[in-house]
Amino acid sequence: MEFFVAQILTGLANASSLFLVACGLSLIFGVTRIVNFAHGSLYMLGAYIGYSLMQVLPGGVGFWGSIILAGVAVGIIGVLIEMLVLRPVYRAPELFQLVATFGVILVIQDLTLIIWGPEDLLGPRAPGLRGVFRIMGEPIPKYDIVLLVITPFVALGLWYLITQTRLGVLVRAATQDREMVGALGVNQVWLFTGVFALGSALAGLGGALQLPKGGADLLMDFNILAPVFVVVVIGGMGSLPGAYLAAIIISVLNVFGVTYLPQSTLVLMFIVMIVVLMIRPYGLFGREEVAGEHGQVGEPEDPIKPASSRARLIIALGIAALAFLPLYGSSFSQVLATDVMIFCLFAASLHFLLGLGGLVSFGHAAYYGGGAYVAALLVTHLNSSMEIAFMLAPIGAGLAALAIGWVCLRLTGVYFAMLTLAFAQLLWSLVFQWGDVTGGDDGLVNIWPSDWLNETTVYFYFTMLFAIGGILVLRHIAHSPFGYALRAARDSKRQAETMGIDTHKVQLLAFGFAGLMGGLAGALFVFSKGSVFPNELEIARSFDALIVVFLGGVKTLAGGVVGAGFFKGIEETLTRFEYWRLVMGLLIIGVVILAPNGIVGSLRKFVRRLRGVSEGEGA
Amino acid sequence: MLEVERINSFYGKAHVLRDLSLSVPKSNVVALLGRNGAGKTTTLKSIMQLVRPTTGSITFQGRSIAGSQPHKVAKLGLGYVPEERRIFTDLTVAENLLVGKQPPREGAVTWSEDMLFDLFPNLAERRNNRGKALSGGEQQMLTIARTLMGNPSFVLLDEPSEGVAPVIVEQMARVIQQLKSEGLTVLLSEQNLHFAQAVADLVVIIESGVQVYNGTLAELNSHPEIRDAYLAA
Ligand SMILES: Nc1ncnc2c1ncn2[C@@H]1O[C@H](COP(=O)(O)OP(=O)(O)OP(=O)(O)O)[C@@H](O)[C@H]1O
Ligand SMILES: [Mg+2]
Repeated sequence: MEFFVAQILTGLANASSLFLVACGLSLIFGVTRIVNFAHGSLYMLGAYIGYSLMQVLPGGVGFWGSIILAGVAVGIIGVLIEMLVLRPVYRAPELFQLVATFGVILVIQDLTLIIWGPEDLLGPRAPGLRGVFRIMGEPIPKYDIVLLVITPFVALGLWYLITQTRLGVLVRAATQDREMVGALGVNQVWLFTGVFALGSALAGLGGALQLPKGGADLLMDFNILAPVFVVVVIGGMGSLPGAYLAAIIISVLNVFGVTYLPQSTLVLMFIVMIVVLMIRPYGLFGREEVAGEHGQVGEPEDPIKPASSRARLIIALGIAALAFLPLYGSSFSQVLATDVMIFCLFAASLHFLLGLGGLVSFGHAAYYGGGAYVAALLVTHLNSSMEIAFMLAPIGAGLAALAIGWVCLRLTGVYFAMLTLAFAQLLWSLVFQWGDVTGGDDGLVNIWPSDWLNETTVYFYFTMLFAIGGILVLRHIAHSPFGYALRAARDSKRQAETMGIDTHKVQLLAFGFAGLMGGLAGALFVFSKGSVFPNELEIARSFDALIVVFLGGVKTLAGGVVGAGFFKGIEETLTRFEYWRLVMGLLIIGVVILAPNGIVGSLRKFVRRLRGVSEGEGA
Repeated sequence: MLEVERINSFYGKAHVLRDLSLSVPKSNVVALLGRNGAGKTTTLKSIMQLVRPTTGSITFQGRSIAGSQPHKVAKLGLGYVPEERRIFTDLTVAENLLVGKQPPREGAVTWSEDMLFDLFPNLAERRNNRGKALSGGEQQMLTIARTLMGNPSFVLLDEPSEGVAPVIVEQMARVIQQLKSEGLTVLLSEQNLHFAQAVADLVVIIESGVQVYNGTLAELNSHPEIRDAYLAA
């Protein structure tokens, strides 16, 4: 019993930061409709800035002052991000905003590395709160008790702000219908900025508050994202009490998990989430999201046309040039081309889901990395032949996608996206924590192809066969009745259903199929490299694919492929520099702001405009 | 007070308003009539800059507002009462009014919550109810009250009689007459000719985004053929 109480108290203390960060995310989303991926980065910055301030400000006042100042500083950084990066893209489709915030993550990662260096920082203890309190005989760190006591007050303060002040009323009104708020004379621009500042400050505060418990390190940004998304999804988007309750549930559970099932801590969180969603699809206190309720009509989309004969010719020439690469290219260029083709297939599989199905998956790496791991596990533990493993990998990934898709497709929009990311994180944590089987951080090595393939040029052709074949199959399906049904389900669920399309089934199949193709890319990958590590499953890899699809242009079928080539090219060049993330991040932000139709889309638009001009002159 | 000249508005590629002009003199009620889909709502949204006309000019009290932001247009004293009501359903009646609140404006009535509750007694007892608990008629009153909280000198009113009970329509007509007598200028989009008859001084009829009639109510009444040609029975 005593132990039980102690566990709960520790859980409550841990809930503190999680609550603050989740609350900020939820608040920002409610008003701006932006899922701020950089929220984890703001949390990380809060920790680092708080750490530095604590080095210079002495004593208890210095300690608590540093925490508050860290919150303020991060709030100001949030304002800068909002004004410089997000303002130009508020009217753009969701994906642009996501990609923009991802660019911010990269920039902050490198800036943090430059300023504070690569070592983990040990958080200072709170002055006067070094020891433990004995509660029912169990030692509880004093700092935990303090956290546990202040969090409800912070929550209460926020609650007061949101429910009792005019600013709060405006925030809630804008959460429902921001266009109307504008028409009533409220300048939304500053409302957005204000909310962003508040949400960022909360994230910063969360980061600084957990310093004595967790310190500061460069992985904090991604590590907090999955639990925060889970909390927001469980609690219900935009609900303060929901976020609080969910943070407590997750944290307490985590503490018990560490004690009783140390290898399952991360998994537990997802199980709870799935159970909650089964019962309440929009979280404990959430409301159904109605996407684009008011005044968010995009440009009508041009119908996807079958390739013109000229386009076919260009594609055929490109493939021919690739096929003859071993005649004129070095062995290194073949390796590079193999990498690019694999990545193209991976991106094309996401494009299928995203562009055609309108299903924004944030966790597509689950199937790519999943496929790679299926193959590697079969080879490592069952001594299976490469051929069998290669065949089973996509099937395994496809089945996983079907199972995950089945859960995620109960939700739509941002909930769907967050869930897919959470599941990808679940797979990642399984692989990461279950070291006996998966090798954990050390990965699985010696996964080479059979002898007949174990040569760069042969494997290059092997990859070419499957990658280009896979892309052509995806393309073919896009133009098949199934592809039309999928698009119909994307554009109007209700209309599609009146036409007799079972939209849920169509979308689930598409999800499974995209997973299968992702898994194929993963299988090609693992045998080309001979090893696989957990980072093939991580959030960053999912984002790579998202960025690629975005770079290429969501609306164009060629998009995924061109984007992937471009991305790999840049990555190959940039990773030679120490701070390539910074450059990459800035590049991404630049593209988002300057070429919002992606590379292919913008080129097309440009060409069309040129033609339009010349036709106009002719008339 | 408001001059709209040859505006063209689009939804994507759909050309909805074509060279539309109209003018609203101070302290008048102008009824904008037309069938379903004629472009009435689009006209009001274009004035409010919720839809951006691609060409043409809009001047309010001598100032050009084309290309401005909706909140800036509102700040000049143009109030907008949308068609679909769009009250904030999770907010209470009092909170809805608070969202609309703006500083007093010269040359316009300065409204307080109590004055609005006098105007719409039904709302008074609903003060602390959430918007979603209100009836359709009450929601319509709340939309108007919310806009009046901004102390507008000019109101764009989109089909206030749509889908509400006849008693409420009558009450609405009395309210508009009262507001007019206090100096408010109104551009009213309507399909209900009776309602328009009760409040309007001038009438503009549009059909497929083109103006087809512009005159006084009395003139329109003496030309039943126009009525029959452009308005639903
Ligand atoms: N968001 C939109 N996207 C595309 N077309 C639209 C949109 N809103 C309206 N339209 C079209 O524009 C035209 C004018 O619509 P509008 O709503 O202005 O008509 P209205 O006169 O207000 O009709 P009603 O009496 O039904 O309210 C219609 O043909 C309508 O289908
Ligand atoms: Mg209308």
